[in-house]
Amino acid sequence: MSDASNTHKPHVVDAKILVGVWLGLLFLTFVTVAATWVDLGALNIWLALAIATVKASLVAAYFMHLRYDKPFNTLILITSLVFLMLFVGILLLDTGQYAGDIIDQAAPALQH
Amino acid sequence: MSEHSKNLAHHFSNTEQQFESGKLGMWLFLATEILLFGGLFAAYAVYRANHPEIFEYAHQYLDRNLGALNTVVLICSSFTMAWGVRMAQLGKKKQLLWSLMLTLLLAIAFLGVKGVEYESKWKHGLLWGKNYNPVEHVEAAPEHGIVGEAAPVDAPEVPTGENASLIAPAKTGPSGMVHDSHGEAEAHEDAPHNVHIFFGIYFLMTGLHGLHVLIGMGLILWIFARSYWGHFGPDYYTPVDLVGLYWHLVDLIWIFLFPLLYLIR
Repeated sequence: MSDASNTHKPHVVDAKILVGVWLGLLFLTFVTVAATWVDLGALNIWLALAIATVKASLVAAYFMHLRYDKPFNTLILITSLVFLMLFVGILLLDTGQYAGDIIDQAAPALQH
Repeated sequence: MSEHSKNLAHHFSNTEQQFESGKLGMWLFLATEILLFGGLFAAYAVYRANHPEIFEYAHQYLDRNLGALNTVVLICSSFTMAWGVRMAQLGKKKQLLWSLMLTLLLAIAFLGVKGVEYESKWKHGLLWGKNYNPVEHVEAAPEHGIVGEAAPVDAPEVPTGENASLIAPAKTGPSGMVHDSHGEAEAHEDAPHNVHIFFGIYFLMTGLHGLHVLIGMGLILWIFARSYWGHFGPDYYTPVDLVGLYWHLVDLIWIFLFPLLYLIR
């Protein structure tokens, strides 16, 4: 291995890509506000989260450079998100189990 | 040894390994940050699943225009930060300093807007726990700006009158079973019970996020000074890159907080 290959040389993200991601994020911010003008019922929250996830992916891939990094950094990020989802998911399952035991009308949204 | 870089710590074989190790460490730290916020996101999810009416009612007190403005401000600051890293990589010191300065100014703008929002909540008594004592029932309070009258932010020891109906006293049983014996709930008749829970979650999430903004500002100031002293260039820019990662994470968290808190309906 030559010395040159071991010397860190920066990967510079193209200016066009940075500006493009920036404009894309601003556009998606508008979309996420606009999405609330339409009443989709329970779907609204999932739509909002989906848009937020796309925005977050853009930030992570380009601003945070993950796309050009060694994949291990991405693995760390995804692992933390998987554990977060497990955490929230199991909590929701748990609290859902108690719904039937709650005194009538104590938590109106849980009835039926 | 002749090619030994002045920025290479002796326990690394080469600058490539050093850079990759630094990044790996930063990403591990960011993972713990996600889990730190995760606890609050979990609290949000559980309360919202059980009491959606609280969230639907209370989020109307938040000013979504200011929330959207802050989202834009933070996205722009993320862009200037990414641009700063690029300038550091290209060895353009002047543009690097400008990018960092702009990032810092946008961070100040973010906290300024947040401060206006917090002040409005404070004046209206829209706070956590016992401090939740809305001054008056206004559908769109934040839009009117800050109302001059002072809110009774110190909750009375024994809630009486209109405050009593907001949080059912324990002895009268869970909310919903309570019949307002005083019948004095006129100002908040349509308000669900336990609205203060929303504001508890709101202030914890945005507060922890705001703390991260403050820490990020300190870090940016630090690399601004080091950039000014000429520490960074294409050969060595790791601190700029890692502070950038931290700053982008602050942006990432806000990207989720904005729709979850401000855009419920």
